[in-house]
Amino acid sequence: MDSLTIYVLRLGDNGLVLSQRLGAWCGHAPELEIDLALANIGLDILGQARNFLTYAAQQLGDQDEDSLAFQRDERQFSNLLLVEQPNGHFGDTLVRQYFIDAWHVALYSRLITSQDPQIAAIAAKALKEVKYHLRFSRGWLERLGQGTALSAQKVQGSLDELWRFTAELFEADEHDQAMAAAGIGVDPRQLEAPWREEVTAGVNQAGLTLPQEAAYRRGGKQGLHTEYLGPMLAEMQILPRSYPGQQW
Amino acid sequence: MPQHYWPLYEVFVRSQQGLSHRHVGSLHAADDQMALENARDAYTRRSEGCSIWVVKAAEIVASQPEDRGEFFEPADSKIYRHPTFYQLPDGIEHM
Amino acid sequence: MSHEQRFLTAIAEETAIEPQDWMPEAYRKTLIRQIGQHAHSEIVGMLPESNWITRAPSLRRKAILLAKVQDEAGHGLYLYSAAETLGCAREDLYQKMLDGKMKYSSIFNYPTLNWADIGVIGWLVDGAAIVNQVALCRTSYGPYARAMVKICKEESFHQRQGFEACMALSQGSDQQRAMLQDAINRFWWPALMMFGPNDDESPNSAQSLSWKIKRFGNDELRQRFVDNTVPQVELLGMQVPDKELKFNTETGHYQFGAIDWQEFNDVINGRGLCNHERLAAKRKAWEDGAWVREAALAHAEKRAQREVA
Repeated sequence: MDSLTIYVLRLGDNGLVLSQRLGAWCGHAPELEIDLALANIGLDILGQARNFLTYAAQQLGDQDEDSLAFQRDERQFSNLLLVEQPNGHFGDTLVRQYFIDAWHVALYSRLITSQDPQIAAIAAKALKEVKYHLRFSRGWLERLGQGTALSAQKVQGSLDELWRFTAELFEADEHDQAMAAAGIGVDPRQLEAPWREEVTAGVNQAGLTLPQEAAYRRGGKQGLHTEYLGPMLAEMQILPRSYPGQQW
Repeated sequence: MPQHYWPLYEVFVRSQQGLSHRHVGSLHAADDQMALENARDAYTRRSEGCSIWVVKAAEIVASQPEDRGEFFEPADSKIYRHPTFYQLPDGIEHM
Repeated sequence: MSHEQRFLTAIAEETAIEPQDWMPEAYRKTLIRQIGQHAHSEIVGMLPESNWITRAPSLRRKAILLAKVQDEAGHGLYLYSAAETLGCAREDLYQKMLDGKMKYSSIFNYPTLNWADIGVIGWLVDGAAIVNQVALCRTSYGPYARAMVKICKEESFHQRQGFEACMALSQGSDQQRAMLQDAINRFWWPALMMFGPNDDESPNSAQSLSWKIKRFGNDELRQRFVDNTVPQVELLGMQVPDKELKFNTETGHYQFGAIDWQEFNDVINGRGLCNHERLAAKRKAWEDGAWVREAALAHAEKRAQREVA
């Protein structure tokens, strides 16, 4: 697989795994309006994933979005570890979302000038969507942080629990660097400053504390996942795997 | 803890081609920003709007049906306010 | 003209009754109950389908299903909104549903056991709902009628995608065809039950019809659904699970077998296959989410106090 395909597949896998997580909230959210909002975000992100996966499949030649989604094993998935973390309570989902939304806005606002027209087009559409997602997640971070003592305690717990996965967002391997050098991709290291600026402001506004210890969990981009991805994929892939070759 | 719920907001949307905001329904939200976002999610899912107004239902002042007489009937009887009252000669356009 | 005369004239002339108009207390109560239960049906109806979002067999099906379930949340919202114009509070209606004191459509008390159920729900269940809802587009209460018009526009996508999903299965492998027939076998009769008891067993029907809340009787709508749908079953190469089904050339309608009203009564009285699980899921979501709703309110209140100060 060449660097372009790997780069695009990583973005597709992020969206696929995150939308899979968000889809599980349907009908179980704290209020009807939140059910609508999470479904909306999930659908947007699934759309982004499908665009990237389709592009990756075109590069590979003998695949499509579904063979990539349903026929690869855990070790072949290249999503960030953050997005495969379980939904937990609403605070956990919200913090996971906020971290990703801040990253998405920084990423897509740079990716719109990609030398690759397909990536630039996907990014342009995605940017509008993720700005709205960030508004939602940041708004809720503040409501939970500044709400009740219980909500502040819970969402601070979510921040503390998910923090260790945030280092991976800014790691650049040889594929990221090759794509950045070609003007096609964004070097993830460039995203750290804008992300930190947003997250510091958001966390402060929410009256919460930014964890100080260094984040360290990595490996998702190399297919080294947490134990959560396996069961999630088993559930997601069951039908095409049970009935190989069928159309749906 | 006493139960109280997210207040009711009424939603008004002006579509792309529209000239004025139309009442499209209501929703519940804890604050104005949430109300706007909820309205966008619920009422503009199929690109139905370009401008959204949300107003707390409790802030709306409405005419009452009992007042229907004083409020509205006098206008009904002032028929010279209606364009159909006037006969125009043939040949006049754009009026 | 007295209030009552104005009301009855509006009903007769098919002028919509609007929220601030005088209406008989029984009219108001009937509507609150009917619209409220309709709203609850949309909300609970999200559960049997969301059961398969994480297992949809293609990304396109996953996206379609997620969009459909999102629509249903939206429809619930429009309907609660219409109910509240009658002077009730959404949270009270919702709490009654959680307490088992208000109903939702019987069909959602059946489990979704295979992927074909998802296509069949879109095709048959939404199909039945559409027959009912199109009729309600001319219901006498304005906000309810307008909500129905909005919902009907969105609902036709639901039925078409359901039928498309069923077609894919009917053109697939033997296993897929068997999956589809199994789903039809389990959902056909419950879909017919969605139209409610026979008219002569339906005590509220007469009053609802005279106030034009309902526009057609249950039996007429059920017949319309059967007549529309049997040819679609045949197009799929499937069978209706009814040995007595027969087209009557004299009447121009399909004759069909007897509905098991015992099953229907069990389901609407809480003893159906999934009533327990549906309510448990909604109660859990409500209870688990209390801290979130309270936080949002607390935050809004603190901010309001700061602005006043």
